Formats: sequence, structure tokens, C-alpha cells
Amino acid sequence: MAAVIDERPHYRPARGIHPLHAVLLAATIPLFLGGLLSDYAYYSTFDIQWSNFAAWLIAGGMVFTGLAVLSSLIDLARARGRRKQALLTFVLLLVTFALGLVNSFVHARDAYGSMPDGLILSVIVTVAAILATWVGFSSLRVGVTP
Amino acid sequence: MNRSSLLAAAALVALLAACDGNDDPGAPVYGANPKLPAQESGLLPSMKIADPAQWGGKKPNVPDGFSVTAIATDLGIPRQTLVLPNGDILVAEGRGGGESAVRPKDFIAGVIKAKGTTSVKSGNRLTLLRDKDGDGVYEERTVFADHLNAPYGLALVKDQLYVANQDALVRFTYHEGQTRADGPPVKVTDLPSYINHHWTKSLAASQDGRFLYVGIGSNSNITERGMPAELDRAMIWEIDAQTGAHRPYATGIRNPTALAIQPGTGKLWAVANERDELGPNLVPDYLTSVRDGAFYGWPYSYWGQNVDPRAQPQDPQKVASAIQPDYSLGAHVAALGVAFSAPAMGGRFADGAFVGEHGSWNRNVPSGYKVVFVPFRDGAPAGPPVDVVTGFQENGKTFGRPVGVTVDPKGALIVADDLSNTIWRVTSNNRTPTAEAPTSPGTAKP
Repeated sequence: MAAVIDERPHYRPARGIHPLHAVLLAATIPLFLGGLLSDYAYYSTFDIQWSNFAAWLIAGGMVFTGLAVLSSLIDLARARGRRKQALLTFVLLLVTFALGLVNSFVHARDAYGSMPDGLILSVIVTVAAILATWVGFSSLRVGVTP
Repeated sequence: MNRSSLLAAAALVALLAACDGNDDPGAPVYGANPKLPAQESGLLPSMKIADPAQWGGKKPNVPDGFSVTAIATDLGIPRQTLVLPNGDILVAEGRGGGESAVRPKDFIAGVIKAKGTTSVKSGNRLTLLRDKDGDGVYEERTVFADHLNAPYGLALVKDQLYVANQDALVRFTYHEGQTRADGPPVKVTDLPSYINHHWTKSLAASQDGRFLYVGIGSNSNITERGMPAELDRAMIWEIDAQTGAHRPYATGIRNPTALAIQPGTGKLWAVANERDELGPNLVPDYLTSVRDGAFYGWPYSYWGQNVDPRAQPQDPQKVASAIQPDYSLGAHVAALGVAFSAPAMGGRFADGAFVGEHGSWNRNVPSGYKVVFVPFRDGAPAGPPVDVVTGFQENGKTFGRPVGVTVDPKGALIVADDLSNTIWRVTSNNRTPTAEAPTSPGTAKP
């Protein structure tokens, strides 16, 4: 506590993650995760409807990832003290987007042609989205910035 | 931008460029025993969509000693034609299908592929063309029947004119010289039309006129609409002309787009379009005699026992029973028309079959976009296909796309072009009138 009191003159109210950016980031996980689960269902049952679901869920994930990339780019440009974190968020989102795009193309293959590549990519993209979101939200600071 | 994001972006660009490969796939493989390459599955299917342009006074190219004329233009998407006994030509016009988009891909591919086809309204009718004085100019044009549902296959048996709509086989009573049907058609039987991904219903009548054969295409490229959608698809039906009862005559034929009865033998032949997205030289479209009860592989395998892993669950028993087609026309050529020749076509075109090739979309170097002639000897294909009508595509522009081909027994090749909405007529310059010639395909004279 003492340290904090000492530094009181340097306190500056900091913005947390912008609510819009938060929504964009958070939306990527359920969509890519849904895609992954649908992929697994198709992989194990051959029921084509799961493959259709996966393609749409991933497409939805890509829309939000794309917007999150833009949002994090703006964040990066405006970042003051937390530049490193903003940069890491941006890079992770960009990687998610690139892999997600590859995954979308793989899911455009007909029938079982999307397997097993699609399932493997869905795992990777989902993990990437979770990492990006995790780091993105970690930049949230309530009250203080160094 | 920082270094790592630049790297990521560069990697993405490189990846996309790599899958767009511009390597020349070489000539399509032809003949009875085509050497099939290994399967490929790129990140993006290679696409080269026809870029339509006006003929603008130009015409297709035909071999030396032949002429070509447009005998009808401004049609409502002509697909197949039938030469009637008095020389009149019936043209089936229309566009079918219209399945809903199920995946994100369907939206994108639909928009891209539509660029390579006509934007004209579906005619849904039969137009009759008549050359009154036999000078090769078809000066009379009437609507024989309209309000049909994407008519495609045509066949005449005695006084019955059969028309394969996209959802039903119907018949009109036809009297020689008639220019307009007496009334609406009578339904012979319903045809499978759920989804109707491959909507064209090809048609031929057996020589004795007892049976009608209808080609029904698959409901997908390779089962991506699910196996339940493939009930009664990818097969040729044999329909009893009297009762309308049907049985599957041959199965596993992905898309039998045109049928013809071989003069002399009376055998049923078909051209069929095979599956896409396995590479530029897979899978060959083919011309084949159709064996009663045979299974031709789709979806489990192609060209005999070559397994397609995209069709799951697999069926090893079906694969083991799959037979090879007779003759490869080359991959992606999109054969949509077949007609056996007649002696009146003369010389090197006297014995064999003409094939109309609509042209590829799934190939960097386009294939098809022409009419070829497959020479026959002793009732079977012998030798590589010969170009007959070409020049539909030049310098990246596409002026026309051949569909149905029909041989006028008097010595003319009729070609329907569904991009420029034209009927082309190819004739020999030194034509000698022939007294008697075999019946044209699809026209059974018992």
C-alpha cells in the first residue's frame, strides 16, 4: 500500500479495453469453438450438415476476427503506455485471421475433402483466438497505468 | 507495422499465390485407357471462368470444305435440338436448377460462375425452325410449345414427341408439318427434381420405341449435399413409354448430360460429366455405351476403381463393382451433347459421334469450348477426338458455348450455343444429296 501511496502523484485514469473491441474479441471464441465442435461431429459421423454448420461458424468467426484486427490496429496506433500488449494482441489476431482464412478455404472443399485438414486447422484457429482474446483482455487496467 | 505482422502478412500472400498455380496442366487425356494423374486438392480450386463477348460478325471455325451458318439467334437459352422427319428443327430452351446456397462457398462460387453464362431469361419453350425451300436458310420460326419447365431432352417416337422437363417427362402428339402443338403436354412420369443441382434431363428412345431413357444428374459435385439428396440421382432411368413405370438402367453416372442410340446396334450411349476439384486432369468426362445394370462409380470411385476419399462413408463393395467407361473426352470439357453421325456427313465424319463440349471452369488452361468428333470403327471409338467446330473461345474471350449436337440425316450438324443463344448449322461444301440415311439420334423410327 505504501508504494501505491508514494506513487499517487503519477496516477492517471486509464481506459480499459473499449467495449466494442471487447465484444469483437469475445465473439471470436464461441464461433471458432462452435466450428471446431461441428468439425469434430462431421469427422466422426459423416453427417454433412455438421460440415455446413462448421463452414458458417468459421465464416462468422472470420467477420469478427477481421473487425477485431482493425479495432486492434486503431488501438495500437493510440496506445500509449501499453504498446507491447497492444502489439501482441494485434499480431495474435492477425495470425488467427490468416489461419482462419486458410481454414475457410479448406472448408470450401466438397464433402469429406475438408477432412482431416479442416479439423486440425479448427483446433489451431480456436487456440489462436483464445490466446488473442486472453492477451487482448489482459490489457484491461482498472484505474492505473504506469 | 512491425516485423512479425509483416512476416505473417507475407506468408499469407505467398500461401495464396502458391495455390493459384499457373503451371500448365498439359493436354487433357483422351481415349479408352487414359493415364490418370494423382489427386490434387489445392487451397482454392483453380477457376477460369468464361469471359463472354459478342461474336460481332465472327463465326465458329469449321474444317476445310465445311461451312457454318447461324440459323437462329436470340433464343431463350437453347440446349438440345431434334431434327424432325420433315427436316424441321425443334429447339429446347430454358434454364433449370436454382438450388439455394447452403454454404458460404455456394454464394461466392454462384456469383463467379454466373459470369460465364448468359443472362437471358429462360425460354421454357420449344421453338420450331423451318427451311421451306431447302436452301439452308431457316426462314420460318414458331413457338411449338411454351410454359414448359426447363425442357432439355427431346425424342420422337412415331407420332409422340417426348420432352424431358427438369421435373417431368411429358409428351405431345405430333403430326408431320405441325408448327404448333395441339395443346398442353401429357405427363408420362415425374422425374427426380428435389434440389436439382444438375437439372438437365437428357432423353433418348429405344429403337423400337417401347422405352425412353432419361439421364438424371447427381445433386452435388461429390455428395456435399448429403447422401439422402442423391436418392434417384446420378443414374439413367428406363421408362416404359406406355405406362410411365421406370427402373434404374445404369447407376453411378455422375451427370449423364446427353444420350443417343447407336444406329445399327441400337445400343444406348451417353456422355457424362465427372467430378471436379481433384486437379486439372481429373476426372475425365466420358463417352460410353451404357450397360444395363452397370454401376459407373459415382460417388465412391471414378474411372473404375479409383477411390474418391471425399465420399464418406466409403462403400468398398460398390467400388469393386464399378466399371470403366469406354472413352475419355478429357477432364472438365463438360460434354453436354452427343449425336451419332450419318453417312451423309461424308468422308472422315461418316462413322463416329459428335460431342458438344460446353467448356471448363475448374482448369487453369480451359478445356472443351468446342465440338469434337470421335471416330468409330466396328461400333466402338477408334482414335483421338478430332476438332470439328472451334473458335468459341479466343484470346481469353468466349463467344459461345456448345451444348446439344444433332445430325440432320440429310448431312448437317446442328449445334446449340447457350451463351450466344444461337443455333449453328455446319454443312459440307460439296454435299451430294443422299437418298436414305440412318435416323438422327433421339429419333426412333420403329
